[in-house]
Amino acid sequence: MMNEENNDAYWKANIRLMLILLSIWFLVSFVFGILLVDTLNQIQFFGFKLGFWWAQQGSIYVFIVLIFTYTVMMQSIDRKFGVSDDDEDDTSKNEEVQ
Amino acid sequence: MDAQTLTYIFVAFTFSVYIGIAIWSRAGTTNEFYVAGGGVPPVLNGMATAADWMSAASFISMAGIIAFAGYDASVYLMGWTGGYVILAMLLAPYLRKFGQFTVPDFIGTRYYSSTARVVAVVCLILISFTYVAGQMRGVGIVFSQFLNIPIFWGVIVGMAIVFVYAVLGGMKGITYTQVAQFCVLMFAYLVPAIFISMLVTGIPIPQIGLGAQVLDGSGLSVLEKLDRTLIDLGFGAYTEGSKSTIDVFAITMALMIGTAGLPHVIVRFFTVPKVSDARKSAGYALLFIALIYTTAPAVGAFARINFIDNVHNAEYADIPAWFQSWENIGLIGWEDKNGDGKIQYAPGAPFQGKPTFSDQRRADGSREITNAATDNTNEVYVDRDIMVLANPEIAALPAWVIALVAAGGLAAALSTAAGLLLVISTAISHDLLKKTFAKGISDKQELFYARVAAATAIGIAGYLGIDPPGFVAQVVAFAFGLAAASLFPAILLGIFDRRMNKEGAITGMLAGLIFSFSYIAFFKFVAPEMNTAEYWLFGISPEGIGSIGAVVNFTLAFVVSRLTPDVPAEVVAMVNNIRIPKGVNKPSMH
Repeated sequence: MMNEENNDAYWKANIRLMLILLSIWFLVSFVFGILLVDTLNQIQFFGFKLGFWWAQQGSIYVFIVLIFTYTVMMQSIDRKFGVSDDDEDDTSKNEEVQ
Repeated sequence: MDAQTLTYIFVAFTFSVYIGIAIWSRAGTTNEFYVAGGGVPPVLNGMATAADWMSAASFISMAGIIAFAGYDASVYLMGWTGGYVILAMLLAPYLRKFGQFTVPDFIGTRYYSSTARVVAVVCLILISFTYVAGQMRGVGIVFSQFLNIPIFWGVIVGMAIVFVYAVLGGMKGITYTQVAQFCVLMFAYLVPAIFISMLVTGIPIPQIGLGAQVLDGSGLSVLEKLDRTLIDLGFGAYTEGSKSTIDVFAITMALMIGTAGLPHVIVRFFTVPKVSDARKSAGYALLFIALIYTTAPAVGAFARINFIDNVHNAEYADIPAWFQSWENIGLIGWEDKNGDGKIQYAPGAPFQGKPTFSDQRRADGSREITNAATDNTNEVYVDRDIMVLANPEIAALPAWVIALVAAGGLAAALSTAAGLLLVISTAISHDLLKKTFAKGISDKQELFYARVAAATAIGIAGYLGIDPPGFVAQVVAFAFGLAAASLFPAILLGIFDRRMNKEGAITGMLAGLIFSFSYIAFFKFVAPEMNTAEYWLFGISPEGIGSIGAVVNFTLAFVVSRLTPDVPAEVVAMVNNIRIPKGVNKPSMH
């Protein structure tokens, strides 16, 4: 059994990482692609207006990076707090966990 | 071989693959029927999710919408991809840990209430049926355009195929068929895009081609050329929007959280073996989706350039064959307002409403239009949905590319329809029967009812596809708006707010649902003439109102939950448990 304090600390670490990544999510789409689009459109970027590029290309690339970053960093947070599901790869072990 | 023969061959081949997979992977238990036994590897689940997600609308309509809306279409690009970030971080891993079968399952258990479960089922069915009707219609359109089969028979064939693999195979059959369908639709989307990018810019990667110089000696980049051409013709610039910033913001937010709240997407994350796989799988899903969503803006821009180059100021007598073939089925219409025998393309509707044709041909062979002409200079009507399908013809690509696009459109429509039908049938057999109104039924009986429900849902979807009520195209806003305002907040609070009780969640869901439903219904059906920014709440259109609905839901849920009794201890224990990845249970073990 995991103790409650450990689980709470794990949850806090999770929330912290999530908030950082979600701020980037908000920044690239809502800020760069929508709120600041007219300002950024003054800048040329490889044949694109920069604001337009964020709205139709850039934000999507960043979204992919964000999810994989979350996946990798959560894996190490999971392990650090001893709550990882690493050893649950095959079904026979799953049965034991029950 | 001509395009039609090739299309028959491609479609027949892909359909036999789907059927073959369905027979190989048919489901034997409810666990396999509902969540594919919970053993789908994350990469394959990512592909299946991408196919599930990429509907007839994404495949057929999106690039067309971008072509004609320019920057304004960014709401779809960001909205329909950014939702996966939310899904991966806020919902998918926890719902996988919860380890049951359906979205109403989570809401019913977390809020210890059959009322909450039934409210969730109602939301789910409203959302999913809205969506599925459009898919069946997509199947019908592809059949009638490319194979000269009436829409009725096209839909019947589509229904038969989905029937075989959804009813036989359940989630297991659907998952592996969707993997095959993803490969078909991705190939079908990227091949013509690469060809066209080569033709327009000489660069084979459409994402880079979009920013490159056009090969017409003008020295302009694709987007500069589009901006200039459109401004010359009297349109607004392609790279600048016409919607207000607040509306673009609200629509993007509604589409993002709506995406994260769509039951047929969420349920895909119940099928992977463990929590870390659910996170990975969301990443792969977005990667595969992005292959197409970052290509679509390029396809849209190239299509608009090609369309203008080919059509504007062209003599009708010299017009390429594709123009006439789409005119023949009524998706293009031309009225020679100034009588110069040439086609002029300009902003505004060329005549009132969608074109209606008389049986007569004019002397030059074009179809006579009976609508009253408007007084602007635009002479040509073009349905936005034809851009992707017509693109290979417009760019004069080989016949096999055209056939491939037809097979891709069918794959997109069928995979999404199957995913939607499955969540509808499981909500009925599992949540309404097994968990609420017929608690005593055995696993076998439940499986039988799931198949009956799937078959019935296919019948209804088919009917909606053959004989769509006039408002189908209008109600896509419903699906996302309702998911954003009802299911998404309830699930999110269920995971992140331990104090959220059933009183708060039910009040929130109903308030969000009723608010968004009434707002959309008012502007779409009751008073469509008032559907302009001056009457909208905060200047937010019905497409974006789901984000306000979600705020209403969150606020009411929070206030009510703090004024009503605490959550029972065993529910708090359950929330604590789903927050920890360790000790995932197989869906069958609950």
